[in-house]
Amino acid sequence: MRKHADLIFQMVSLSALLVALAALAALVFDIVSDGAGRLSFQFLTSIASRNAEDAGVYHALMGSIWVIALTGALALPIGVAAAIFLEEYGSRSGTARFIELNISNLAAVPSIIYGLLGLGLFVRLMGMGQSVLAGSATLALLALPVVIMSTREALRTVPNSIREGSYALGATKWQTIWNQVLPMAMPGVLTGLILALSRAIGETAPLITIGALTYIPFAPDSIWSKFTVLPIQVFNWVSRPQPEFKANAAAGILVLMVLLLSMNAIAIVVRDRQQRRGRI
Amino acid sequence: MNVANRPVPASLAGVASRGDRPQVSLDAPVKIDVDALNFYYAAKRALDGITIQIRANLVTAFIGPSGCGKSTFLRTLNRMNDIIPLTRVEGKVLIDGESIYEPGVDVVHLRRKVGMVFQKSNPFPKSIFENIAYGLRINGLVKSKAEMADRVEESLRQAAIWEEVKDRLHDSALALSGGQQQRLCIARALAIRPEILLMDEPASALDPIATQRIEELIYELKKQYTIVIVTHNMQQAARVSDFTAFFWLGRLVEFDRTDRMFTAPAEKLTEDYVTGRCG
Repeated sequence: MRKHADLIFQMVSLSALLVALAALAALVFDIVSDGAGRLSFQFLTSIASRNAEDAGVYHALMGSIWVIALTGALALPIGVAAAIFLEEYGSRSGTARFIELNISNLAAVPSIIYGLLGLGLFVRLMGMGQSVLAGSATLALLALPVVIMSTREALRTVPNSIREGSYALGATKWQTIWNQVLPMAMPGVLTGLILALSRAIGETAPLITIGALTYIPFAPDSIWSKFTVLPIQVFNWVSRPQPEFKANAAAGILVLMVLLLSMNAIAIVVRDRQQRRGRI
Repeated sequence: MNVANRPVPASLAGVASRGDRPQVSLDAPVKIDVDALNFYYAAKRALDGITIQIRANLVTAFIGPSGCGKSTFLRTLNRMNDIIPLTRVEGKVLIDGESIYEPGVDVVHLRRKVGMVFQKSNPFPKSIFENIAYGLRINGLVKSKAEMADRVEESLRQAAIWEEVKDRLHDSALALSGGQQQRLCIARALAIRPEILLMDEPASALDPIATQRIEELIYELKKQYTIVIVTHNMQQAARVSDFTAFFWLGRLVEFDRTDRMFTAPAEKLTEDYVTGRCG
């Protein structure tokens, strides 16, 4: 009888998994059938156009790549540094606990609030304008709580015996963190960064708020360029009445998905290499 | 406690000869001089008025039941307890006559002089070579690659593990056996040429053969280093040490020559413990 119960539970779990997978598969299938026909080299290299057949995602794609690269470059060092402070230096102080509480709260704040903050702080007050930098800074804020929390988690998994071993050899705290603790935590840190950037790359609201324009006649060539990103381009196409633009939107989603997946693939490769290096 | 403060007899040369052990002079200069040391974890007093003089180039063993404070005391000698929050030290620890708990003391410098080997071997998840090179590098002790290679080999030889690892220096240290890992950790501690080596139950997780190798190693190393070893194993204390200190509930009950501690202890408690009647 217990064997049967086990089997039944297995079946229920499996079907739950299949339902989730089926929904995802249906979604992907729907988008592929709508958008695959529009995917072409021309679609990737053309700029936005009033004419659905001529329109492409070049500027949005380049914008997304610029923004996400810069977001990662901003969020990683700041997030890791913040996590190191909280976990290794100030874990018991009142200040650290106060900051910790606020970080958990920040992770739950709706992204449009970050957009308003970005508009007020980066675009206006700091005079960055509607630039790649302002967009990335805003998304980096959005990504920070996740990066900080996952980095702390990763730092916590490093056994204390490693820290003690390092101190016992006359290492300073910083030498211990930099040479022993951080390399061991790196796979966890990168996993957190992937998660955070995956969320950031799909964000639309905060970038619309800071004024990432839909029609941009050029790709960004510096961090000060104006820009648009894939989700905004897709949003724009979806909201048009003509069915041709719907196909464009589906194709745009496919490009975004491929970008996201290849980003994750790169991160996984980097993480595995780090892990291997950790093991030797 | 009264016995703890008893001065070590001035000249005991030759007395400690046991079995095949060559004679050693127990009349060595004092290396570590501890006076009325109290130690607290938050409000809990873990060490109570420890006064002891540890002599240079001899092996001193700390014995006592779990939780008696012997490991805590060992860790006060290189200020390893500093990294545990809410701990506090009272009293004096002098190493070579210098107080190590004065405000201006450089802890990094102290730990370079007082090396430590832990109960559970803790090699870094790097190559064998890197494990040894790390201490040399962070302390800026070598100037060239060749010098680094020499020092790494020297330490591995000292720890009697060179022959086993010389062909795979760049393999992971984690692939070594438990006993090899522990000897690697000893080599790592020796690489920065400390004067004192603290060993916290270095063989407690090892099989008898690996334990024997560590003990032989300790015997070799005391020619160059002052060794303090914490052990649960009474036979091990009797085998490797010249002096033995018996701790009980945070107090130092008795401290004397090892042969006397095991054959004619002055305290009833010590006798009960070493004969297995308590603890």
